[in-house]
Amino acid sequence: MIAKKDLEHMGWLARLELSEEDKEKYTPRLNSVLDYFGELDEVDTEDVEPTYHILPMNNVFRDDEVNVPAKPLTQEEALSNAPKKQDGFFKAPRMM
Amino acid sequence: MYENPDGVMIGLEVHVQLNKLKTKVFCGCTTDYHNDPPNSHVCPVCLGLPGALPVINKRAVEAAIKVGLALNCKVEEHTQFYRKNYYYPDLPKGFQITQYDFPISSGGYITIEGEDGEHRVGITRAHMEEDPGRLVHEGTIDKSKYTLIDYNRSGMALLEVVSDPDMRSPKEARRYLDKLRNILEYLDVFDGNLEGALRVDANISIMGGQRAEIKNISSHKGAERALLYEIVRQKNVLRRGGVVVLETRHFDEAREITMSMRSKEEAHDYRYFPEPDLVPLKISGWAPAIKATLPDLPDAWRLLFVEQYGITDEQAKALTSDIRLAKFYQMVVQNRDIKFAQLAADWMSNVLKGELNYRSQTFKVFSEQEAPKCWACGEKMVPSDRYLFDWNGILINDLDTFKKLKEYLMNNYGAFWVNNAPIEKDDAGRTIKISVENYSISLILDDTKNKVIVKFYKGGTYSLSLKKVNDRLNICEDIFYCNNCGASRDKNTTFIIKVEKPSVPEAEISLIDMLKALDFFENNKISEDDVLKIMRTILQKQIPKEFDVEKVDKIVKEEGLKKVEGNIVEAAALEAINENPQAVADYKAGKEKALNSLVGAVMKKTKGGADARTAREVLLGKLG
Amino acid sequence: MATINELKERIHAGSSEEIVAEYLERIGSSKLNAFITVAKENALVRAKEIDSEGFEGSLAGIPVAIKDNISTKGILTTCASKILTGYVPPYDAHVIERLKEAGAVIIGKTNMDEFAMGTSTETSFYGPTRNPWDTDRVPGGSSGGSAAAVAGGEVPIALGSDTGGSVRCPASFCGVVGLKPTYGVISRYGLISYANSLEQIGPFATTVRDVAALFDVIAGYDPRDSTSVDKEVNYSSALKNDVSGLKIGVPEEYFGEGTDENVEKAVWNAIHTLEDLGATRIKVKMPHTKYALSAYYIIAMSEASSNLARFDGMRYGLRTEDSDWHTTFSQVRAAGFGDEVKRRILLGTYALSAGYHDKYYLKALKVRTLIKQDFELAFKDADVLIAPTMPYPAFKLGEKIDDPLSLYLADVDTVPINLAGVPSISVPCGFSHGLPIGMQVIGKHFDETTILRTAYTFEENTDFHTREPEGL
Repeated sequence: MIAKKDLEHMGWLARLELSEEDKEKYTPRLNSVLDYFGELDEVDTEDVEPTYHILPMNNVFRDDEVNVPAKPLTQEEALSNAPKKQDGFFKAPRMM
Repeated sequence: MYENPDGVMIGLEVHVQLNKLKTKVFCGCTTDYHNDPPNSHVCPVCLGLPGALPVINKRAVEAAIKVGLALNCKVEEHTQFYRKNYYYPDLPKGFQITQYDFPISSGGYITIEGEDGEHRVGITRAHMEEDPGRLVHEGTIDKSKYTLIDYNRSGMALLEVVSDPDMRSPKEARRYLDKLRNILEYLDVFDGNLEGALRVDANISIMGGQRAEIKNISSHKGAERALLYEIVRQKNVLRRGGVVVLETRHFDEAREITMSMRSKEEAHDYRYFPEPDLVPLKISGWAPAIKATLPDLPDAWRLLFVEQYGITDEQAKALTSDIRLAKFYQMVVQNRDIKFAQLAADWMSNVLKGELNYRSQTFKVFSEQEAPKCWACGEKMVPSDRYLFDWNGILINDLDTFKKLKEYLMNNYGAFWVNNAPIEKDDAGRTIKISVENYSISLILDDTKNKVIVKFYKGGTYSLSLKKVNDRLNICEDIFYCNNCGASRDKNTTFIIKVEKPSVPEAEISLIDMLKALDFFENNKISEDDVLKIMRTILQKQIPKEFDVEKVDKIVKEEGLKKVEGNIVEAAALEAINENPQAVADYKAGKEKALNSLVGAVMKKTKGGADARTAREVLLGKLG
Repeated sequence: MATINELKERIHAGSSEEIVAEYLERIGSSKLNAFITVAKENALVRAKEIDSEGFEGSLAGIPVAIKDNISTKGILTTCASKILTGYVPPYDAHVIERLKEAGAVIIGKTNMDEFAMGTSTETSFYGPTRNPWDTDRVPGGSSGGSAAAVAGGEVPIALGSDTGGSVRCPASFCGVVGLKPTYGVISRYGLISYANSLEQIGPFATTVRDVAALFDVIAGYDPRDSTSVDKEVNYSSALKNDVSGLKIGVPEEYFGEGTDENVEKAVWNAIHTLEDLGATRIKVKMPHTKYALSAYYIIAMSEASSNLARFDGMRYGLRTEDSDWHTTFSQVRAAGFGDEVKRRILLGTYALSAGYHDKYYLKALKVRTLIKQDFELAFKDADVLIAPTMPYPAFKLGEKIDDPLSLYLADVDTVPINLAGVPSISVPCGFSHGLPIGMQVIGKHFDETTILRTAYTFEENTDFHTREPEGL
């Protein structure tokens, strides 16, 4: 079961500010879902390997060639969606 | 036996940029961004735009394996990239693609010169990951009102080399870093001179306290300073009865202190999981193939220099401490005879290196040129791919092909012992070995790169090019050749060494400069002090940057260094008189000015080495 | 409702510009809220170009709508989220490049559940899309805008994406055809990830033929997607009115408890129709189906919690007032994401976190292996599997939105397909009180041709696909 404290920790890890109201609202809903997920405990998965990739592919590479396969962006394109920018840089908040 | 009185334990996490690759690790953006505006070498992938996907650069994996092998690690055959989930303003996706439980290599070591002689530092692991962007703060990180982000660096291939906590002093830490950097440069995967090429996080503890992790160290000197500061700090805390806590500290390079990064930061939980957008790597078989073509490392070069050139171990160590210096030295010797080796070593390991260190100058090798100027005569060299022999001819024991191979080895490397040596084939026809007694040469086929590596028994490697023509494997030379004077040079070694200091414009010292200076000295034409003066002038003054065969001659002339003996002027004067009967006649007829042209002729013959007044006096004496 | 071939005739007789203008008008007067962005100017300019250049490409001049989680250069792309406010991508997704090469005209970006997280298109920041068959009902989701636009005659063909049923569910609810291809057949380059190990882009149309035509254009290898598969197939040429000898597996786990009686009946009727046409039916057992839902949601939420980490307001999208970076990031994300997205990020973070990783994430991936094996076993005997797409027809707007779990349960028949990575096509197979019912034909990995042929044969011998919603 997720307690309010756990929710706060998840909120911190996921950088999601949660209001008191959010926490009240989310806790029972998340718990009912987690409760449901608990059904997987019934499944015997001993000696079962996890499937991370559904297709049995490996060794997919690109050659060390410039601008292949994805094309580069110009500085203007790169910055075109920046909410804040300065002198060709993206502008982020202060560190501390 | 080193006592380690404070129980200092240092472990380093070194982030190495594989900056010799052409492109970043998961996209095709160039790695050549250092002189360009921010955010001008980015694409949807390295900028983390929604919907963009990574694709692994094959050469980055090869380079990582190369490093792993050189650090005596075990190379993983099955591996996979993971996501490390955390937030930071330099991280465009909110996670970093890295490796987790199967790092590409682990369990190796580096040998350094320790406090008590040779000391082994364990390598826990070396794993691949992507570099985040670069943050710029106005003023210091704690005071800056905002942060600027440049993603040109984002997505550079990084290798995080994690050591065991085996270093017992800041000095050992610095030596470890020097050695690591040197090995990486010999492997040709890394250029340590580029900004941001190598960054260090240091873990340090002393007896009785917990460890501190120091971040933001960007130089070897910085690492030593940060660790020295930290030992003093931790000792002070303990002395006053305090507790050294487990924490992350930030190194302020300008003030040479470490600061606690105390914030509301809780324990990290990186929530690693396999990157769904990248499929697993199954690379068994890669390591043996890469191992076969691994270039010689500094220790091998050192032994080679000692054995082959008869110089001291101390000198060899100094010369091989930087691959550029080692190659420079090797070329100087190869262009004279073996007797020159000692002289060159004296000057290069000691004087040249000392002068560079004194000025905090570093070598920067001129990048390979399309058509370099000849180091001997200054004419343009041309690439040569002269046909040598057919690899398959060796495999079928064709005697004519044997002869061609042997002639090549004798004529080009002076390996006359091959004449009567047997030729063996190995590794399913991929290696040819010629050996007799203690001598041996191996030729190794590397068809992924269309190259043949020629390895000598004492170390030293050269490369030939491979051209597939129908069922033939034509082996050709792969050099630059001067049609004017017949000089040649290896394509993979560059011969002009630039010397630069970040704040000072570049200076250049070339092979021909070095040879001329030493020639002058050896022929007793200039003194020891004069050689030093030449070197200093080249390193200090802004000599015109373009290649100049006459550079040293000019310095000698301008500084008046050359001792030209009287008999040379005498001889030149005699020749001048004999060759210019008209001028002599004119002078004798009373035309004073005709003497000037004779003086000019003498000057020309002595290449400006003679003093004009002396020349005039000698001429007057002879003309009576 | 016009098919591609009918439109081609009209374009050749008249112009693409005319056709595009006609569709734009229909979109303009629509009450469905199927579009977030209508690319009116772009579309008309492009149509004119195609008219003047001659009609190069298999979709020359044909309007197409794109789900708003697919990157379109120069056209707003929002994922129906406030957090991507104002985001105009500087690059095209692989499928968009392909569509442009084929001459298609991008007419707009369709509504969806925020970041494709939903089954009803109700979680969109831009308001819900309505079902053309009953505007009080949901169109299904998450590609509800694309399905509703096609069903409502606002566009002839459209693209959606299917992570756990997001193409097939709305196709079923809106009475159109929708295909979820084998994982790896269509490049995901430019598809804004929700759960990358599960999702594929998929085509919508009113007929199987048109779905195949659109699929032919967008399928194929792309070196920018490491999971992209190099297989060249002409899907349209596989459309034959013939199922003789076809072995249809019917997994009983997909029928029964929770499944609407009319849905069950309609799907069985469809199976019998195919039997009458020469197919044979066999029973297959897929014992782990029951656990697919939990496994799916754990994997999807875990991946989503990481995929959505990049939305921090630094490089694009919403930005709130600056303070220190931790606070700014947290506030941007709190202000930008809707409730359902936040819940999934929190649960995904939880499922991957220290102490719970093995219990949830790893366990789910092991269950995924068992589900994959269920399919492998079923396909030893069967050529295709047939099952209901959704357990019931479209429900009312607001009916389930306050109870996430009951909404998740609606995906019970679609998510196993994504876990196994196999292809599945949903085609209309009946009606219940005037609402369309869809059945899905599920195939082996890379065997799209067989499911297309099955769906095509069914369509050729029935008339469900010809019915149109009234009163629009």
